[in-house]
Amino acid sequence: MSTVKVKVNGMQIECPSDATVLEAARQAGFRIPTLCYLKGINEIGACRMCLTEVKGAKGLVAACVYPVAEGMEINTNSQKAYDARKRTLELILSNHRMECLTCVRNQSCELQALAEEYGMEEVRFGTPKEMQPDIEQSTPHLIRDNSKCILCRRCVAVCKNLQHAAVIGPNDRGFSTHIGSAFDRDLGEVACINCGQCINVCPTGALTEVDSTYKVWEALADPKKHVVVGTAPAVRATLGEEFGDPIGTNVQGKMVAALHRLGFDGVFDVDVTADLTILEEGTEFIHRLQNGGTLPLITSCSPGWIRFCEQYYPEFIPNISSCKSPQQMFGAMMKSYYADKLGLNPEDVFVVTVMPCTAKKFEIRRDDQSAVNGLWDMDETITTRELARMIRKTGMDWSALPEEDFDPDFGEFSGAAVIFGASGGVMEAALRTVVEILTGEELAKLDFVDVRGMEGIKEASYDVAGTLVKVAVASGMENAAKLLDKIKAGEAEYHFVEIMGCPGGCINGGGQPIQPGNVRNFVDIQTLRAGALYSEDALMKMRKSHEVPLIKKIYSDYLGEPGSHRAHELLHTSYKASPKYPGLEADKKKN
Amino acid sequence: MNFVRSHVLVCGGTGCTASKSPEIIAEFNTQLKNCGLDSEVRVVQTGCFGLCALGPIVVVYPEGTYYAQIKVEDVKTIVEEHLLKGRIVQDLLFKEADAHGVEQSLNNTDFYLKQHRIALRNCGVINPEEIDEAIAFDAYKALGTCLTEKTPQEVIEIITESGLRGRGGAGFPTGIKWKFAAASPGPVKYVCCNADEGDPGAFMDRSVLEGDPHAVLEAMAIAGYAIGASQGYIYIRAEYPLAVKRLEIAIAQAKEYGVIGKNILGTGFDFDLEIRLGAGAFVCGEETALMTSIEGHRGEPRPRPPFPAVKGLFQKPTILNNVETYANIAWIINHGPAAFNCMGTEKSKGTKVFALGGKIKNTGLVEIPMGTTLREVVEDIGGGCPDGKKFKAAQTGGPSGGCIPASLIDTPLDYESMAAIGSIIGSGGLIVMDEDNCIVDIAKFFLQFTMDESCGKCSPCRIGTKRMYEILDKITQGKGTLEDLDILEELALHVKENSLCGLGQTAPNPVLSTLRYFRDEYEAHVVDKKCPAGVCKGLVEYKILSDKCIGCTACARVCPVDAISGKVKEVHSIDPSLCIKCGSCIAACKFGAIIVE
Repeated sequence: MSTVKVKVNGMQIECPSDATVLEAARQAGFRIPTLCYLKGINEIGACRMCLTEVKGAKGLVAACVYPVAEGMEINTNSQKAYDARKRTLELILSNHRMECLTCVRNQSCELQALAEEYGMEEVRFGTPKEMQPDIEQSTPHLIRDNSKCILCRRCVAVCKNLQHAAVIGPNDRGFSTHIGSAFDRDLGEVACINCGQCINVCPTGALTEVDSTYKVWEALADPKKHVVVGTAPAVRATLGEEFGDPIGTNVQGKMVAALHRLGFDGVFDVDVTADLTILEEGTEFIHRLQNGGTLPLITSCSPGWIRFCEQYYPEFIPNISSCKSPQQMFGAMMKSYYADKLGLNPEDVFVVTVMPCTAKKFEIRRDDQSAVNGLWDMDETITTRELARMIRKTGMDWSALPEEDFDPDFGEFSGAAVIFGASGGVMEAALRTVVEILTGEELAKLDFVDVRGMEGIKEASYDVAGTLVKVAVASGMENAAKLLDKIKAGEAEYHFVEIMGCPGGCINGGGQPIQPGNVRNFVDIQTLRAGALYSEDALMKMRKSHEVPLIKKIYSDYLGEPGSHRAHELLHTSYKASPKYPGLEADKKKN
Repeated sequence: MNFVRSHVLVCGGTGCTASKSPEIIAEFNTQLKNCGLDSEVRVVQTGCFGLCALGPIVVVYPEGTYYAQIKVEDVKTIVEEHLLKGRIVQDLLFKEADAHGVEQSLNNTDFYLKQHRIALRNCGVINPEEIDEAIAFDAYKALGTCLTEKTPQEVIEIITESGLRGRGGAGFPTGIKWKFAAASPGPVKYVCCNADEGDPGAFMDRSVLEGDPHAVLEAMAIAGYAIGASQGYIYIRAEYPLAVKRLEIAIAQAKEYGVIGKNILGTGFDFDLEIRLGAGAFVCGEETALMTSIEGHRGEPRPRPPFPAVKGLFQKPTILNNVETYANIAWIINHGPAAFNCMGTEKSKGTKVFALGGKIKNTGLVEIPMGTTLREVVEDIGGGCPDGKKFKAAQTGGPSGGCIPASLIDTPLDYESMAAIGSIIGSGGLIVMDEDNCIVDIAKFFLQFTMDESCGKCSPCRIGTKRMYEILDKITQGKGTLEDLDILEELALHVKENSLCGLGQTAPNPVLSTLRYFRDEYEAHVVDKKCPAGVCKGLVEYKILSDKCIGCTACARVCPVDAISGKVKEVHSIDPSLCIKCGSCIAACKFGAIIVE
């Protein structure tokens, strides 16, 4: 790697020759403020917050996109740059509905943080405190309030560059510019996949998840309801961030303790149904492999991916596993197995999950997700962020919370289930089971490291009882699209493919704690969070789904065997193609 | 080929076309046939002559007789008198203002005498829809010279030596631009033409394309040869349908003649051209926005570096020049760089086309050597302000430019002199204002344009122009304060210095230059609450002079809001609380009894 020598605020440093001024400054220990910049995703130099003085340049330069050069002298904190940033900030604030105290992003807003940092004592233009909300809420997962939007376009960039959907963009121009869908259609009328990645990158409160906590509070307060909660594996790897823990801290014990204190009647782990998924999906895979079924088999855990497939690649629907997602299996099992076991009327069982995901809010009301008595499998799902809000609301002292265990009725699971939260985890979990079933021998080594890591597309092949099983793993829909295109073109052949809606998998899901741009740009959040899960797996005694006693018991007592009729009734579903422009289709019907 | 004794040239530019020049051409053909002259006289539809104020224009050669504001019914007279009997129709001739009286020949008029036409050399001379006519006037000769006698390096050297600078606004040396692109490695490069002329009042690029499209095609092919590109794109706004049509015809004919396309003139050099229609966004005149738009995206600028010469269209090395720049290229090759750089000033060489508009008699296009003073353009060529009004200021460079006060009327029109006084040459729009124009109102007008045309990408331009506009609006309503002037200036400088692209970086120029030269007029608005020019409605009051009003009731009858009362034959009065200052009463009063204060 070639390097150049530059001076930052008088300090000589040597940095990569392809670094930007922003990166060089960071290397020297100086943070330059940014709003629009997302490394590798949104490098558009638009917000102008990062303007910085470079000796000899024509004017201030946009540090986020301006390349360094040998001998460059950078002054990150010149009065000129400071004044320019402050004035730009004032302009942005003049068109931002300021209701900070009542905003969901109060104290986690990047704009608010900059306003504090730059000592914004007054905003001389516009009437930001009198602005009215400008709300669009046409999907089950997302609320957009354009009165708080600062047009940084991070959401647009992730939707297009990471998620291949490109269902939002700037409409109109000049001061009327606003983010929306084509022809100002509602988000619900275009092929949004509900992934929520846009929310994760929004620096302000312009994009938020639909709040489901009040429904959970209502259920908890209802004495007739038996309220149970299940947490997804990826939640324990991130929840601590909401309370100041370092990124990558596994807070499973505290999380369970908090859920107990919130008053849930049962605190369980969706990992249990992750293990069930492995048995069901593994069986399905072996069946397809041995009987000339449609291959590659593609995983179905991620509702964002399912929506993407239905709308963008419907030709792959026959490849998708018929397994419901672990969340939906959890709901179905709570209202059948668990209700039966405790002698509860399924109608009184109120099932909540805590998910790293916003697409789950869409999934719980999909057709064909009601296995018991016509009841929805799931009653409510909240994101990691919403759980954090519930915990804060009760005034619990996070640091003082003890570590507690999941409740035993549905709380025993394998390390294989834990790693579901990271891209490649489902594949690895499935391989641990499938290989043992196919070979009939115990695996000497359980770590399938080829499918680990945060690369967008991973490929591997394994000799399993004389058959070379080729697998691939993709996360993020842009990567999925690339992989599917390759398969479609006949350039690649696989037996088994894992696809996760969000880049890096659930640990980076759209419902996870929001990290500001200046962290996202310089810290590998995904790897740190995934690390929390892989370390837990490594330390676990049970690391294979088919060896978990609870799973064995569920099959022997209740479901019969994997792939049985009963299992199909409760744990499987089907998917169908849906139009890319549902709004236009609806119009056609009207006309 | 038929030889004819007379040519009748009829302007077929957009303006004259709108004033029925196609009907005039048809009528000439009919009348010539009726008189049996159709084989002796040829009628030619040409491009723009420049003096648009007096269109439709008809010129008869070999005399060069210059008929102005011709109507369809005048054609019969011209045919029967001039073409049949050889008697020039004096009544229809162009009449120079003032002392000169009637000029018979186009080239002797004050409007043309000081002009030197290079970019416009064939406009108003040839039929733009006939490649043979263009070739007769040397089209593609320079391309042939380059391909057969010069290396790409030599071509770039000639252009560099000529001193030609970009005519689109920024004035970057064309030869250097080509040199950078030529130096960028890679087998795929592009040549683009910016025909997205968006400045209000500027129409020289349209006129070149309508009057001499081959000049642009040839230059693009030369540029392609110079930098090593084999594909060109002309980005033109869809609002220029006539120019688009003529370009399409020209490209088709050039391909048929083998001067565009594969193996040009048998030299093995390939250069193809495509037209891309823009939807008329002003920002798409900015080079990176234009390229983004050609790529099929929303037309928005991107940060530079990387510069287009390194990574431009489709991330390949690209040069972008505007129409007028290209229109100079072949001439420079044919006549040599010295013939070009002997004109103009030390750093601004050659000629520049200006579009004269606003409060000026000779509205139209003029091409003058760089360094000609504003006074020569306004007073000599333009004929001054109409109705004997006093020249107040000129806005050069359209909404991106600055406002030049009367005190600086002797400033030479060249890049450096304009920059020194806070304006720009820009694309060459030149809008003249007289004493009836309110300078604050003018600044607001231009700012409204850039505010509306901001693409909305960067914060300073998107929000800053809006906030500036709000302050200007407040001032014109009489609600401004001195503090507002300070904030306005602060904001203007902020937007200028910190916006992402040229649109935002120049949008505040009208405000900054008017604040600089006409601060007293701003202060009159905010301190005295007066609009000296009587334009800003919030600051004026309509009054009826009691010594002049005879009580005819004409004003009361036309007042749309019944603000005027008074009995017949008695002095009337206006209720200021009702008056909406529409001006209807002033127009209706025959006694000059209503004034604006």
